[in-house]
Amino acid sequence: MKGIIFPVLSVVLACSAAGQARADNSQSQDATSPVVTIQHLAADAPSATPFVPVGHMNPVMDQGTYFHGILNEMEGRYSASGTDFRWDGESWYGSDYNKLWLKSEGTLERGRLQDGQQELLYSRSVSTYFDVQAGVRLDLDDGPMRTWGAFGIQGLALYQFEVQATAYVSDEGRFAAKVEGSYDFLLTNRLILQPQAEFNFYTKSDAARQSGAGLSDVDAGLRLRYEIWRKFAPYIAVTYSGYLTQARRIVHDQGGKTGTTRFTLGIRSWF
Amino acid sequence: MKFSSRMRDGLTRRSFVTGLGAGGFAAAFPRSAWAISPVAGIIPAQSSAQWHLNISQKHIEIDRKALKAPCVDGSLPGPTLRWRQGDTVEIKVTNHLKHEHTSIHWHGLRLPYTMDGVPGLSFMGIKPGESFTYRFPLMQSGTYWYHSHSGMQEAQGLYGAIVIDPAEPDPNACERDYVIFLSEWTDVSPDDMISNLKMQDDYYTFRQRTAASFPQQAREAGSAVAALKNRLMWSRMRMAATDISDVSGIIYTYLLNGHSPDMNWNGVFRPGERVRLRFINGSSMTFFDVRIPGLEMLVVQADGNDIEPVPVDEFRIGVAETYDVIVQPGDEKAYSIFVQSEDRTGYARGTLAPHAGMEAPVPPMDPRPVRTMVDMGMGDMKPGMSMKDMKMPAQSGTTAGEKSAAPVSMPHHTDVAPANTAAPKKAASMDMKNMDMSDDDMAGMDMSDDDMPGMDMGAKTPAKSVPPAHMPAAPPPPLEIDDPGPPPLNVENQNVAQMPIDRLGSPGDGLEHNGRRVLNYKQLRATRPGTDLRPPSREIILHLTGNMERYIWGFNGRKYSESGPIRLKRNERVRFTLINDTMMEHPIHLHGMWSELENGQGDYQPYKHTIISQPGSRLSYLVTADAPGAWAYHCHLMLHMELGMFRVVVVE
Repeated sequence: MKGIIFPVLSVVLACSAAGQARADNSQSQDATSPVVTIQHLAADAPSATPFVPVGHMNPVMDQGTYFHGILNEMEGRYSASGTDFRWDGESWYGSDYNKLWLKSEGTLERGRLQDGQQELLYSRSVSTYFDVQAGVRLDLDDGPMRTWGAFGIQGLALYQFEVQATAYVSDEGRFAAKVEGSYDFLLTNRLILQPQAEFNFYTKSDAARQSGAGLSDVDAGLRLRYEIWRKFAPYIAVTYSGYLTQARRIVHDQGGKTGTTRFTLGIRSWF
Repeated sequence: MKFSSRMRDGLTRRSFVTGLGAGGFAAAFPRSAWAISPVAGIIPAQSSAQWHLNISQKHIEIDRKALKAPCVDGSLPGPTLRWRQGDTVEIKVTNHLKHEHTSIHWHGLRLPYTMDGVPGLSFMGIKPGESFTYRFPLMQSGTYWYHSHSGMQEAQGLYGAIVIDPAEPDPNACERDYVIFLSEWTDVSPDDMISNLKMQDDYYTFRQRTAASFPQQAREAGSAVAALKNRLMWSRMRMAATDISDVSGIIYTYLLNGHSPDMNWNGVFRPGERVRLRFINGSSMTFFDVRIPGLEMLVVQADGNDIEPVPVDEFRIGVAETYDVIVQPGDEKAYSIFVQSEDRTGYARGTLAPHAGMEAPVPPMDPRPVRTMVDMGMGDMKPGMSMKDMKMPAQSGTTAGEKSAAPVSMPHHTDVAPANTAAPKKAASMDMKNMDMSDDDMAGMDMSDDDMPGMDMGAKTPAKSVPPAHMPAAPPPPLEIDDPGPPPLNVENQNVAQMPIDRLGSPGDGLEHNGRRVLNYKQLRATRPGTDLRPPSREIILHLTGNMERYIWGFNGRKYSESGPIRLKRNERVRFTLINDTMMEHPIHLHGMWSELENGQGDYQPYKHTIISQPGSRLSYLVTADAPGAWAYHCHLMLHMELGMFRVVVVE
């Protein structure tokens, strides 16, 4: 009988390679060999009859919620004509899958608050490195207020670039987009050089808010921070803030500065 | 702290009986109020079956890190419990903590599951102000340990050693006998660690590759281009080759018997004496590499079970493992017990010396390990080498065998390791020798003997659906194989080991080819044959998974709260196969039942309670489900367990 009767395979998912291998193995087994059943099921799959802990005491706490906030930029940007103050930060509360995000940025220029974007987003983890986010954005500063619905992604791209890309639709039917990216280049384990850039796009111009159709403005920096401890890192930087294409003409016509490169000092911190 | 040298000299009962009395002095203070147990490492002179342990908070400061630590009888580590095989012990545990439940789990002990001390599985925990009395018969002997299984108490000091005297005369009895309890100390709460790691996965890692370390890496790699390519590869994968330990010496002080390196724990010996050292890794997140420069260590016991003695210079001890070694210092001089953390961010240290208070030179730490593609589960394949090339030797090796049950795969259990000369010569291993395929020959082909099964599996079936032919010479294969296939790449899993290999012959990352004799799992050979020699009737394949970036851990791409229990039938013989898809070691611990590591030692496979799964590896062990109840099954890295690498095994 040897080599004639093959073990019967009960394979839920057909797999020719597996079948071939079993057939090979069967050469040396006699007819009394037991039937092999491959269950394509995890032994620890969620069960219809789950284990009920004694006294409902969970042996581990893997569903914790966490609360963190980070000020990526909190900086003074110096120039002969005056110093601007800028912040860009975010905080989140939630679990591994579901989080609530609050993002805030703005620039104080000569006593006037500009570029103030505040977002409240629900965030859902969808892949190893990315979350999708949806919510509202308020352009809240000394200019006229605008309200947007927001939908975007945030995560860690290939080669460890931190990226965010968000699309917006306003209550007036306009569209906008914001793309942000940064990269941590470790000079030493505590001295870190971080190129960072943020671009804003709009479908229609909005002269009252100095935005133009197309690529409207950019805010970028090359920051060199020293992590005294993980959560507290002073930095020096060169930053650039400027308007592009149509927005550049709008700002120029309004008599504003269309682009400035500045020496910057700041502190990155988080909790 | 100054203590009488007599209190430090670890005399066994034999010495006590001969009238030196120091053991008795030590025993007079088993429940002292000292913070750092002055009798740490000393085994009580006599076993006792009745104990009362009080759990309370104690202000302890070590290395300028102060903590109100939950601990047993106010000491760190807790008292060493000496028991005797065959006795039924009774341990009353009283919780004096103000607001927290507590529990004590007897790590590695075979006992009724209601006595196992896991809140939610065994019982409801011990409420503040209440007591619980554990009562169970001791069916085993050897070195074990106990720790809290409630919240994070274990990480803060609620642990201690257990020594169980064998009913038969101990073949490894020595004139001196010390417990060497390894742990960590920090004033950072484990909850803060988790929270920080959720925000930044390399929060505690300050040994990353940087611009500053590039020239050195380029020299080692041979060229700047090679080094750059390697960095880009890791960066592309969004992982770090320097990811060794999640929590490091940046916050930890590593302790030996509750002593920091500066405090220098002392063990005394007389030259010529045999000294038994019972190493216990009671840390929560740290693997240790142990050596005693100038002394050969004879490893005689692993996880409480005697093994055929293996002489080594060094061994790695995973979290929750125990190893007993015997040393015989002949000279009238001091020796350092030097215990590096795997990531080389610190060390624990103690001294063996003829007189208390002596010191020996402390060697420099070794270079830190760096992860490679082997750890990523890419096998040992060199670029440009085809799978076909790799398969050939395995095929020719086994076709020469008469009765091999596995024509396509090199048997798992070839005893080629030189140290295993006493191993039974199975048909397959003899084939190997006839084929003249020594380690060296095979190394020339860029593959070691360990690697073949894994490669073969990968080559043949990327879906990993072939039941591995673990047993050479034909015990029938398991009836049922629960194979979930490769885990999904999702929120909770970052990597799939494409070609997991057998790494039982490797001492571990950072220890290979270091010029010393380092213990590996293939060398563990029990002194007694197993008690259940049935072949398994079922194989359970589990993938160890995780997402370092989000700091989530689990099995098969799921954390605990998203999984079901693993159900075993009473007295079922089961093979657990672990495929480690992560790039870290995981010490996997099954409560209540032995894990018999399938390391090629046939009927003499070692019985363990905690098994290190190396990154990118595949291993298996057998379990006889002879203990009904609900048992915890988890990675013993505390934060991994807490964040999902935990399952309940139910024996019905």
